[in-house]
Amino acid sequence: MTMQKTVSSSFNGKPAELIKGQSDAALITILIEPASGWSALNLREIWTYRDLLYFLTWRDIKTRYSQTALGPLWIFIQPLFSMVLYTLVFGVVAKLPTGGIPYPIFSYAGLLPWGFFGDAVSGSLTSLLTNRDLIGKIYFPRLTLVLSRILSSLLDLAIAMLVLFGMMFYSQLAPNWTLVFVPLYLMIAALTGMGIGLCFSGIVVKYRDVGNLIGYFMRALMFASPVVYSIELIPQEWRMVYELNPMTNVILGFRYALLSAGPAPQWLTLGISTVLAVGLFLVGLFIFKRVERNIVDIA
Amino acid sequence: MSDVMIRVENLSKVYRIGKTEAAPTSRGAGLVALAGKPFGYLRQMLTPPTDQEILWALKNISFEVERGQVLGVIGKNGAGKSTLLKILARITDPSAGRAVLHGRMGSLLEVGTGFHPELTGRENIYLSGTILGMKKFEIDRRLDEIVEFSGVERFLDTPIKRYSSGMIVRLAFSVAAHLDPEILLIDEVLAVGDLAFQRKCMGKMNQVAREGRTILFVSHSMPSVQALCQRVVLLEGGMITHDGSPTAVVNQYEDQETVLGSGSVDLANHPNRVTRQRFFTSLNLCNEKNIQTSRFRLGEKITFELKLDLQEEMLTDPFIAISIERHGQAICVLTTHFMYNEVVTVSGACTIRCEWDLGWLAPGTYLLDRVSLKKYSGGERLDQITNVASFEIFPTDVYGTGKVIFSDGIIVPKAVWEIESTRQPSDLAHSFA
Repeated sequence: MTMQKTVSSSFNGKPAELIKGQSDAALITILIEPASGWSALNLREIWTYRDLLYFLTWRDIKTRYSQTALGPLWIFIQPLFSMVLYTLVFGVVAKLPTGGIPYPIFSYAGLLPWGFFGDAVSGSLTSLLTNRDLIGKIYFPRLTLVLSRILSSLLDLAIAMLVLFGMMFYSQLAPNWTLVFVPLYLMIAALTGMGIGLCFSGIVVKYRDVGNLIGYFMRALMFASPVVYSIELIPQEWRMVYELNPMTNVILGFRYALLSAGPAPQWLTLGISTVLAVGLFLVGLFIFKRVERNIVDIA
Repeated sequence: MSDVMIRVENLSKVYRIGKTEAAPTSRGAGLVALAGKPFGYLRQMLTPPTDQEILWALKNISFEVERGQVLGVIGKNGAGKSTLLKILARITDPSAGRAVLHGRMGSLLEVGTGFHPELTGRENIYLSGTILGMKKFEIDRRLDEIVEFSGVERFLDTPIKRYSSGMIVRLAFSVAAHLDPEILLIDEVLAVGDLAFQRKCMGKMNQVAREGRTILFVSHSMPSVQALCQRVVLLEGGMITHDGSPTAVVNQYEDQETVLGSGSVDLANHPNRVTRQRFFTSLNLCNEKNIQTSRFRLGEKITFELKLDLQEEMLTDPFIAISIERHGQAICVLTTHFMYNEVVTVSGACTIRCEWDLGWLAPGTYLLDRVSLKKYSGGERLDQITNVASFEIFPTDVYGTGKVIFSDGIIVPKAVWEIESTRQPSDLAHSFA
């Protein structure tokens, strides 16, 4: 029988040498050195810790609504409450155009990806802060804390989508073939959200006020994205700038795929959004990798 | 391949500690200081640190640990033990130097790392286990063992917030005890739980150590260090000052005065004086090396040095008694009446010494319950102080078996064991089956 194969890991992203042990088991070499330069992403290490990722996600899901009277019903209540509020303000009072779609469905289809995006931002922003006791006691790839939040938010989104499907069925709206792009849209939302959150995840441990600033920024960004209104309201000369916001394309695409409503995102701006999202994520990841290693010293 | 499992080369760690802030002199000054605060953090970050702001937690530490060796790391608080462990556990980076670890490494810096109160015992085993670096299938395989060791079978599917704190600790230790790394870093985990549980942990640790695991063990508990380790390093001020056999290094450490209790008690102004007169002025406790301390090695000789100022009083054959108790139970009384057989007359300032062979008095904390002075045995009480001070007897390897005793009783038994077997070992094995 062959021994269980241990996958090599190294702290600084320096390639770990595999040394053949006498017992046939591969011995890992761990090199510990001062931080210098950017460390490599070491996504392979995340893979070796995939079981941890699973249990952290499970922890998030199970504990998020514990000690609440309504429990998992909150997954529905949060977007539904926003939907009712915005329907009253923008649908009934301001009577914003939605291209023939009932306003509640229109806004709910925007609020879902936006909520997922918001979770991605706050989850990665507070990942080091809320888990600093754990981080101070044991080493594990810190990124698993972020990824587990994304995965549990994804489950929330899937459940909240059930309500959307119900409303679509009631209003006799059907999704179209662009539904196959929904994973791409969610990927853009997750990468952008993690990018923003990760950039500030270290600094928020030291300066909690950064969290407040991000909160204001997120509120502003929501109104700079077509969440509760149609993109048609944006003057043509501003469209190009407006569509550079990756979330604009995410929401346009999501809404178009499910409700066939409003313009679909253009290939060009969707491409730019994807590149922006990946870039933002990589920058955030580099900063995160940089700060996670000494975060216990400043927390 | 080399048999060195841990190699540490010139490892250093610098911390930037903030400037000490002067306490505001008035409420107004405090408000002014607070108003100036908003950019204080920022200002501090942008200015280079001065020498006073820098703390070297570790300075050029180098050592190697061979395969299967259990290395103890001891030192006072702030000596750098935890920093060393945190760097090796990859929780924080060194500032200079490097460390190389050959093998899968697990660290136990705390019992119950990652436990969540809302999750059940079973879920917490998996969560904590994977955080500690185990794979799910490894936990699956050892789940029964873990559960059995912890003794919480009945509550396995109950959220641990309903557990008693003792149950949580037992469950947490069981998970940790079933880790399988080649290198194990351990910090003081034994300092939890009651005596019985600590003993169970010690047993498990002994077993782990014998399995040939390479262990780095940081502890304040000298008995544990002596019982587990084959080699001990002593850290002082971020540097290794001693490296050698457990007995030698531990003795070295315990002889440092700063570790020892002061061993000097002011009797003149003692709060628990019963009498109005003040004849006793001070009491010193000294060990065999004539060092003042309140901690004594098992079997050592302890010297009480009483200083009195009798002023105008002339005492012939004075009666002096020192009584000792433990947990409210009287242990013994040392009196001049039974032990001193000369008739002396004393006056003015005098010093009285009593050398007491602790013999086989068990390790633990003892209270000097009462020190009293009478004119003569049965005579007028001149001075008495209660709850005077306490001293500690710490255990050593008295039997020369390489094991340090733990004892609940009052004495360490002086007994000899003999075991004879009338049957052959093969028969024995059979009879137990």
